[in-house]
Amino acid sequence: MRTTIPVIIAFLSGLVLAVSIFFRPEETVIGRIEPELLVWVTIIGGFTLFLGAVSITRVNYNAVRRLKKGWVYNLLTLVSVFVMALPSLLPASWSPLFGDAEGSIYDWLFQRLDKPMMATMFGMLAFYIASAAYRAFRARSAEATILLLTATVVMLWRVPMGEALLRSINPDFPDWINTYVMNGVNMAVQRGIIIGAALGAASMSLRIILGIERTYMGKQ
Amino acid sequence: MMNLAESLSIALKKKSKKIPVLINVLLFFLLSFPGSVTADDTTGSAFRYERLNALVIVVVFSAAVLLYTRWARQGRPLFVRKIPGIDAVEEAVGRATEMGKAVLFIPGLQELDDIETIAAISILGRVARITAQYETPLLVPVRYPLVLAAGQEVVEQAYNELGKQDAYNKDIVRYVAGEQMAFTSAVNGLMMRERPAANIFMGAFFAESLLLAETGNAAGAIQIAGTARPEQLPFFIAACDYTLMGEELYAASSYLSKEPLMLGGLKGQDFIKIIIVLLILVGVILVSLDIGDWYYKLFEMA
Repeated sequence: MRTTIPVIIAFLSGLVLAVSIFFRPEETVIGRIEPELLVWVTIIGGFTLFLGAVSITRVNYNAVRRLKKGWVYNLLTLVSVFVMALPSLLPASWSPLFGDAEGSIYDWLFQRLDKPMMATMFGMLAFYIASAAYRAFRARSAEATILLLTATVVMLWRVPMGEALLRSINPDFPDWINTYVMNGVNMAVQRGIIIGAALGAASMSLRIILGIERTYMGKQ
Repeated sequence: MMNLAESLSIALKKKSKKIPVLINVLLFFLLSFPGSVTADDTTGSAFRYERLNALVIVVVFSAAVLLYTRWARQGRPLFVRKIPGIDAVEEAVGRATEMGKAVLFIPGLQELDDIETIAAISILGRVARITAQYETPLLVPVRYPLVLAAGQEVVEQAYNELGKQDAYNKDIVRYVAGEQMAFTSAVNGLMMRERPAANIFMGAFFAESLLLAETGNAAGAIQIAGTARPEQLPFFIAACDYTLMGEELYAASSYLSKEPLMLGGLKGQDFIKIIIVLLILVGVILVSLDIGDWYYKLFEMA
């Protein structure tokens, strides 16, 4: 029963959604089903947020209680969760500090702490790219050497000074990179991967719809 | 005038007396259309005739997968090439067990309605079985509560099936943060503090892919990644020991299960790939001869 009902739901949902794209939403019931089901998913997702809150509280509370390594971070997480969430849940009519409008505690924390921290994390990506590129571009084999040369040329082409340098060698050099490297070799490989991935996704969807694939429910 | 659904219903009834209940359910939906659909009236009809080409492709693809699945059911031997990245999963868990350290599994950063996340959850089930068998600690941080619920279900099932209920802990799969970069920093912190011996990244990843993989690399873990997003693949290839590319991610659950029925689906997929290659070759020839406009239009979808 625990397997049969989800398999039936998966079959019906998958079949109806697959069929619905072939019918006009303005003229048929089946054509309108997709947006309707997406609303259901959003509603279910909203309810499950409570599960997330319970999980994050339990994990961090246990870590603090047992004074696990790095428990200070867990404590900070717990405090942050409640300091961000509680004032935003209280009605704004009680005080302008409540709710999530401009000037509220939530908005202040989001604009002055959350956003800059996100931007910092994203900014660090540049340094990570540099260290990964250093490892990837070491010319240890013929393939790695080709990769190194291609990457150097493409990187030069992407910055104005580099492009000017390439143009000084040959005025058509940047266009060749665009035509043969980016829109040629690079595009062909990307399309190969995309076609393979799309077929893999379609095949997996079909296996799920037909109930052949049940591993996502824990069945082997 | 009879509409498309009614014609289909009559044709099916003539063909077989035993139409499955589910086909009748489908026909009920089709019959509920207010618009009349006929072959000679393609404008203003309920059926989108401009998508007929896509329907043909779906039918051919489904037929190929079903045919190979049927052959697999009949016991025909099916060859599936080795995928080193998937074989390495067991090796990575074994290494973690020997070192007495944890295995970190991240099922991507997308919701459960993304097929990549479903593929990742399928692989998580297999990984959980191995960690349960060896009693290796497993850590699964997730970004969405729905993925949390599905992940907990799959991991608990794996531990129960192996009779390791005592080793199962609800906090194995844990909700970390809903924000992309907050999730990333939390997981990076987890990697540096817990120092897992094996990191497995499967599913949909975005800008955080390299932040996660580089941190794992710095922490000295053996790393296996798998994603269908071509723009993230170079980052994983540079920072991980093994990378599953595109379709390999979707093939992983079938490959690991070794079940002929599921392997049949993979073979059907390969067959379609051959057809696509042939279609591309024909297209290249026709376009090169400057007579390929009609062929190009065949594959356009509105």
